[in-house]
Amino acid sequence: MLSDKDRIFTNLYGFDDLSLKGAMARGAWDGTKQILERGIDAIIDEMKKSGLRGRGGAGFPTGLKWSFMPKEVKERPHYLVVNADESEPGTCKDRDILRNDPHTLIEGCLIASFAMRAHVCYVYVRGEFIREREALQRAIDEAYAAKLVGKDNIHGYPFDIYMHHGAGAYICGEETALLESLEGKKGQPRLKPPFPANSGVWGCPTTVNNVESIAVAPTILRRGAGWFAGIGRPNNTGTKVFCISGHVNKPCNVEEEMGIPLRELIEKHAGGVRGGWDNLLAIIPGGASVPLIPKSICDDVLMDFDSLKNVQSGLGTAAVIVMDKSTDIVKAITRLAYFYKHESCGQCTPCREGTGWMWRVMKRMTVGDSNPAEIDLLQEVTKEVEGHTICALGDAAAWPIQGLIRHFRPELERRMAARKVAAE
Amino acid sequence: MSLRRLSPHQPERFAFSAQSKTEVDKWIAKFPEGRQASAVIAALWIGQEQEGWVTKPMIEEVARLLSMPYIRVLEVATFYTMFNLEPVGDHLVQVCTTTPCWLRGSDDVVAACKKHIAPTPHTVSADGKFSWMEVECLGACVNAPMLQIGKDFYEDLDGPTTEKLLEAFRRGETPKPGPQNYGRVSSEPAGGALTLKDPQLYNGGYSKKTPGAES
Repeated sequence: MLSDKDRIFTNLYGFDDLSLKGAMARGAWDGTKQILERGIDAIIDEMKKSGLRGRGGAGFPTGLKWSFMPKEVKERPHYLVVNADESEPGTCKDRDILRNDPHTLIEGCLIASFAMRAHVCYVYVRGEFIREREALQRAIDEAYAAKLVGKDNIHGYPFDIYMHHGAGAYICGEETALLESLEGKKGQPRLKPPFPANSGVWGCPTTVNNVESIAVAPTILRRGAGWFAGIGRPNNTGTKVFCISGHVNKPCNVEEEMGIPLRELIEKHAGGVRGGWDNLLAIIPGGASVPLIPKSICDDVLMDFDSLKNVQSGLGTAAVIVMDKSTDIVKAITRLAYFYKHESCGQCTPCREGTGWMWRVMKRMTVGDSNPAEIDLLQEVTKEVEGHTICALGDAAAWPIQGLIRHFRPELERRMAARKVAAE
Repeated sequence: MSLRRLSPHQPERFAFSAQSKTEVDKWIAKFPEGRQASAVIAALWIGQEQEGWVTKPMIEEVARLLSMPYIRVLEVATFYTMFNLEPVGDHLVQVCTTTPCWLRGSDDVVAACKKHIAPTPHTVSADGKFSWMEVECLGACVNAPMLQIGKDFYEDLDGPTTEKLLEAFRRGETPKPGPQNYGRVSSEPAGGALTLKDPQLYNGGYSKKTPGAES
């Protein structure tokens, strides 16, 4: 188990002082000026060496992403945009950072902006997090008052940070949809290229990072890339906030080592599966978008990007949704199919029409009102949606259903047979 | 997608109060000159805070204020689901029913709303105080099931707790937000946190290191 001294979010649960004073006592804003004095290249190099991979779901190396920004600021200013539009079902980690440890994020925003030659940062918080955005705004006000940020701050790098918010659209967590939304439009994703690093918000070079990715940066730079890279496994380094929900005895958020065995994570931190490990049916290990894995895989899989990819699932946002044997697994996935139907932005036909189609078929399959050949048709349709849309929402809608068919096809067929018998 | 249209019953006019207008101006100031359209979500939200729902005259006023075509503001109002396009009760009860909440009993929370508010969603209760609706994941999954009333999340619910909560609101009380069961404060495991107990974390003992010391 990760020891307390290696935890970055020391006020994850909000038990300690929430103010700037409290955050500084916990080590925030310590030597920030000296970090900036190391220079852009040294900071990006350190971030690359740490092995940090983006915590928003895709796992793209953060240091590398920072290095994509133009090396010179020309007529178009650079922007950092922080994605706090946390809406992936199962995920509630950024919420705790925003409400309980916001200064880790604000300090990270200054450092990341400096490393990308940006003087302005917007933090896009999902609309429903009203108290969280109040908490973030309070923290921003405190940082301005203490001259930690602002045009004339003690770090000698002019920097403005603004809280922005959405109004209930899952799709705005997709980085280009988020930028559209920030510009005051419907959140419909943009085609890439051009990538945001060349043309982002208002056509200016922009980097979009997840809250957790930015908030861990100051500690990495203070304690060194070697410290962070020494936690976890190669290519899957560092600490991660896991959200454990569903059928466990004690659901919770916890910061743990990347690569912790799934079973250990659940038994040590979440009080184990309801009714014991043998009562486990399946787990969605990385938020609603990743395919579920049945108990046989859960037994020994490790919680990191590569291990979960190897079992045809993914770490995603590290939101672990546990389902015990009492679960109607078809209904659980059907509810997710409805979620994607509801949240599709409507721009691409395969997603707009496909998500509704898949949901309607899934709804029938929940009660066995189908035939085995239709399972193959459903599988085929998921493949027609996947990879044929501008953004990854189409993929995200397809994967949970593919996971269900991959591991629970006999259950789908059993329901069909049972319905047939009942009808006769 | 969800199909959203403006209500057929619209008021004659809308005006931002002085206080609301100040708020909107603060938002416009967050963006570079000429980029005031970025304040559209905030402006509609402030309007909704004032009136309870988003009206056609409000959309027209926001368009005028931000120098945007009416259709662009209409698109935003109908795209984002937090904008109420028809009147709601004084207390809008939004129940999360996405899978993580459903696994832990959101059906019972919905049943409590049906019993105490109205049998159907988007229906103002007989006393005008409430309306309820199902919403997609609100992002408090380790405290499931949960609902949002106004600005606050009420978490760790079950059927009876939800009924008590709604009764308290009906009496004019504002129950304390957050977890309602298991003695929890936030997202720590029930029975108390198992991590973050080392006192040295809270005097900077560990993270206070000279920059670059280990690199």
